[in-house]
Amino acid sequence: MRNAASVVWQKLFEEQEYAFITGDLGFMALEPVRDKLGKWFINGGISEQNIVSVAAGMSKMGVQTWAYSIAPFIYARPFEQIRNDVCLNKLPVKLVGNGGGYAYGSMGSSHHAIEDYGVMLTLQGMNVHVPAFAEDVEHAVRRMATTPEPAYLRLGRCEKPKDFVLPAYAPWRQLLEGEGPVLVVIGPLVGSYIAPLLALAPSKRPSLWVLTEMPAGLDELPELMIQEIKAGRSLVVVEEHVAHGSAGHHLLARLHAQAIAPATFQHFCAQGYPSGFYGSQVYHRQESNIDANHVLKAILG
Amino acid sequence: MTANHTASPHTKHSVSRDDYARFPEIQRAARLRLLQMHYESKVGHIGGNLSCLDAILFLHHFVMQPADQFVLSKGHSVGALYIGLWSIGRLSDTDLQQFHKDHTHLAGHPVAGWMPEIAVATGSLGHGFPVAAGMAKGKQLQDQPGRVYCLMSDGEWQEGSNWEALIFAAHQNLDRLTVLVDVNGLQGFGSTTEVASMAGLRQRIEAFGATVRELDGHRPAALQELLATPEQGFQVILLNTIKGKGVSFMEAKMEWHYLPLTAEQFVQAQNEVRQA
Repeated sequence: MRNAASVVWQKLFEEQEYAFITGDLGFMALEPVRDKLGKWFINGGISEQNIVSVAAGMSKMGVQTWAYSIAPFIYARPFEQIRNDVCLNKLPVKLVGNGGGYAYGSMGSSHHAIEDYGVMLTLQGMNVHVPAFAEDVEHAVRRMATTPEPAYLRLGRCEKPKDFVLPAYAPWRQLLEGEGPVLVVIGPLVGSYIAPLLALAPSKRPSLWVLTEMPAGLDELPELMIQEIKAGRSLVVVEEHVAHGSAGHHLLARLHAQAIAPATFQHFCAQGYPSGFYGSQVYHRQESNIDANHVLKAILG
Repeated sequence: MTANHTASPHTKHSVSRDDYARFPEIQRAARLRLLQMHYESKVGHIGGNLSCLDAILFLHHFVMQPADQFVLSKGHSVGALYIGLWSIGRLSDTDLQQFHKDHTHLAGHPVAGWMPEIAVATGSLGHGFPVAAGMAKGKQLQDQPGRVYCLMSDGEWQEGSNWEALIFAAHQNLDRLTVLVDVNGLQGFGSTTEVASMAGLRQRIEAFGATVRELDGHRPAALQELLATPEQGFQVILLNTIKGKGVSFMEAKMEWHYLPLTAEQFVQAQNEVRQA
């Protein structure tokens, strides 16, 4: 998705002036952005606290500013800078984290971001975008560019099956119809569920939904999904994020506030490093039991 | 509740640059008003306010222009900023009575979005300089007039984020940025020498490529150097100051980082300032 974002950022600069500051990351992806933006592209060096504060200061002076690093480096180390300098000052800084969840795989736990959007959602005015497919990235970037609030973009790896046709972009999309449980997946992980679900008969297949924006998506739940839940179907949420601050918990709270109770609720989420061993993104998904094989067995038997 | 100052223009105060002779009078009135405000609100942080008050007054009366921005990185000295803004007529006595009260904008550290002279919320040390660097970069990119003045404490340099900002400011040649450091030598639980030594701060900063000057932070004749045309590039000015300046029992005493005034101390402090 990073390359898709790179293309969008180049297009965006033809439409509006903005600055882009990186914490010395972006090799093999951001070079065209650097070349396109010229003086508006700043490599701030390996200094995540500083680049977030600088982005806030530039934003204060009317420069829309995007601050980029890999996901754990842009939300964890400079958390206070995001909270104080960006959010408390109500400055529309755009934060970009590449490689959300376990995407950096065997690079190790320091490079994983499995608490990112939960943490970001605790901050006042913050919007979170977790595009699920490469095609979503342009929508996410454009929405971020036009919102007067701060935002965090979690980029991952597009896992969409080659011939799968996506419905039009929206914060909530139903990707597959089915008469089974209501299955909500957050972000790119959903791509790995499409092929296994297409192999199931519609009578058994879960109704597959993907959520890519928070809190906006949580504020307006799709009516069709609500009807499915009200009809007595179970609700299953899967995400590459820890339970605390998760989309699953937020969603359950929103449903409860509307006096909507699913027949059952199952939540599959990142468990950290239960074995103490490390590996690829697929390996960590399996360890956390959020891979499609495990989840479908657990909910369908 | 304080009045809404957001819509007010950042107008230049009425004191002209030729009125330096009035500065002692301005200083005295401001010190008295600061003591009164802190006494009435029963809050501390007086020592660090008095160490930087003169610089804030001089900046706001004589140096800063409408296109300039001020960032108070040592947010615990916001009392001095409120008094500075009162001194140039941007805050009223009624406003100052709301200091530290419920339903106020005049909190114990700057909060954002209610008057243009308080550009950003600060209070957690090590934030103001990097944000000011971003503001200066924003001005540089857009070729906007004016400078960004950022006032820090000396102990605050123990925060690593400032050294990131220093690298950035020097490398980006942020020629619209002036960082002032209130070097009073005291911090929250000891001196800046005994806690985590800040000795040789000038040399350390210079080693990063910044131009550094040292001034007496209380003498008007020295503060007038702030008016000098800034040298090319980003600059840091170390203001040698005294914590609790102007009140004998507070001067160079660490405890006045925290203590509120008793009634007797308030009277004594007022008398000393009046007679100085």
